[in-house]
Amino acid sequence: MNLRRLWAVVLKELRQMRRDRITLAMIVGIPVMQLVLFGYAINLNLRGLAAGIADQANTAGSRAVVMDMLATGVVAPVAEARTPDELVAMLRRGEISVGIAVPPDFEQRKAQGREAVQVMVDGSDTSVQGAAAQLAQMALDASTRAREAPPASTPPPAPIGVVAFYNPERRSAVNIVPGLIGVILTMTMVLFTGVSIVRERERGNMELLIATPLSRTELMVGKVLPFIAIGLVQTTVILALGIWLFTVPVRGSLLDVYFAAGLLILANLTLGLMISTKAQSQFQAMQMTFFVFLPSILLSGFMFPFAGMPKVVQWLAEVMPLTHFLRLIRGIMLRGAGLAEMWIDVVALLAFTAVMMSAAILRFHKRLD
Amino acid sequence: MNAPGDADLAIRAHGLTKRFGTLVAVDHVDLAVPRRNVYGFLGPNGSGKSTTIRMLCGLLTPSEGEIDVLGLSVPAQAEQLRTRIGYMTQKFSLFEDLTVRENLEFLADVQTLPRARAKRRIDELVEQYHFADRQRQLAGTMSGGQKQRLALACAVINEPELLFLDEPTSAVDPESRRDFWEKLFELADAGTTLLVSTHYMDEAERCHRIAILDRGVLVADGTPDELTGELAGRTLLVAAADPRRAQRALVGVDGVLSVAQIGNSLRVLIADGRGDARQRVADALARAGQKADIEETAPNLEDVFVSATHDGEQERAA
Repeated sequence: MNLRRLWAVVLKELRQMRRDRITLAMIVGIPVMQLVLFGYAINLNLRGLAAGIADQANTAGSRAVVMDMLATGVVAPVAEARTPDELVAMLRRGEISVGIAVPPDFEQRKAQGREAVQVMVDGSDTSVQGAAAQLAQMALDASTRAREAPPASTPPPAPIGVVAFYNPERRSAVNIVPGLIGVILTMTMVLFTGVSIVRERERGNMELLIATPLSRTELMVGKVLPFIAIGLVQTTVILALGIWLFTVPVRGSLLDVYFAAGLLILANLTLGLMISTKAQSQFQAMQMTFFVFLPSILLSGFMFPFAGMPKVVQWLAEVMPLTHFLRLIRGIMLRGAGLAEMWIDVVALLAFTAVMMSAAILRFHKRLD
Repeated sequence: MNAPGDADLAIRAHGLTKRFGTLVAVDHVDLAVPRRNVYGFLGPNGSGKSTTIRMLCGLLTPSEGEIDVLGLSVPAQAEQLRTRIGYMTQKFSLFEDLTVRENLEFLADVQTLPRARAKRRIDELVEQYHFADRQRQLAGTMSGGQKQRLALACAVINEPELLFLDEPTSAVDPESRRDFWEKLFELADAGTTLLVSTHYMDEAERCHRIAILDRGVLVADGTPDELTGELAGRTLLVAAADPRRAQRALVGVDGVLSVAQIGNSLRVLIADGRGDARQRVADALARAGQKADIEETAPNLEDVFVSATHDGEQERAA
């Protein structure tokens, strides 16, 4: 491999990229857009549901229960009502999603152990229903514990939020942002190199390139190198926005974060190259990219918990770079783990890169036939 | 020009054949291209010119045959050849989103010219090829003629011993074509061997030697004078009052290979200058009631081309 020729390819790629506005926009635009979408819009734990409150008891105890519920942040009071019927009407009109009704005989019912508070839920949205059901559970437990010390013979059921150990406020962003680094890198990196070889072929540059002394390794490596830098820039953008907008913690070493990102970038770039040697047109390369991208998002553990998937699907997911990266990045950023502790995923990513790079180089011939 | 000896050959090919499935694109072509020559490849579209050139540069693997280029066996030693040849593709293959200078720099780097020499060479080419005020222009925004010039400049950046040009002037206006050929002869004078494919007769006439390809078969090979000389006495100029009718009268006459109208007269190519074909032409015109003057005229390459491809057709029919 001749460094001068390698540099020629790198420089050419950078110069072409500089003039390609859409690609430039993609480099920064996709991370920002995705982060904002996933971070703000897609919130798996509902917060701030519009709630109406009808406290007919209006005792110290009933006010405490209502305050407990509001304190969870799941509901936000938007309306006061005098009767439960008014709450039902507001619910029907869509003004509120949750109605909290405290009957006049609240204290009496509590003492008798009957249903003391009613939470009415807009059941047309199942996720709202789920969130509100949880809320009702928490509120009652809290009030029971506070009032009836020493506790009753059966201990109150523990809140379901065991997961909350590393994310006590159950904020989605904390889980999503580290994973989002992986998703964005998977999407953009594969696409960048996925179209790179086939683009030269479509524009007729390939015949020129293969008639020069440029070796196939120089060409392939030269096409990967500039994008490593681009990938690290994207990683920085997502990290910075994640920390700034969503106060996502980085509990492990920042160096480890970049190292893990670098591994994923390499794996994806070489996968893209492989696609590019196979595709007949840029459009086909895009199709193949999405063919890879969708299973990555769905099966890697980014969207759905990895442990819940059938064994066969888990094996399939083990082949995808994103799966390993998610384990690394969540470990580093959320649990403060070091790369060395998760060496097996590091090795998996390196192996993937080596296989894909070799395959791409072997598949590419300096021939037109 | 005498038949060149082996040592003076830049390219030697024997039995060169390329099949794409059942299609035979190039059919047992033998070639001998002398050094320091402008060697023309003449043939219509689809005659196998590009395929032959690509095999000679090692871009396509021949189905059969042996190739020796600059003493190297192709395609086995094609990589060693890359620094010694230049190749100008038929379709513009430089980077349209790079500037003139960036394209030149890329190729200088890829050819690993020493840095100082690369800079000197680029400055020299920019000057020679009139890009002094366009160095920072994007290649994609230039005219057809300018693109051709840039492609040539890029192809010769490594001062190749042998330059392949695949229909270099097909998208260029006549004036640019003339300038372009001046550049080619300058290169030949400087010792470069050039192999140029074209379907323009006037360009073929400028070459030192030409080879005519027709449907993958080499049908003629020699200097333009040799080739036209072989047709002596076989081209007639017929001046008739009504050239259209005279042409109809001559089509299909035994021994007449082609009749083409040139202004008010007809250019007739006959199969044999010594035989009675000329008499049959006169008879046919008389039968059609056409008064016409018939005189011999000097054959040109177009006649050579028609004659060569016609012979091929007859062979295939037989």
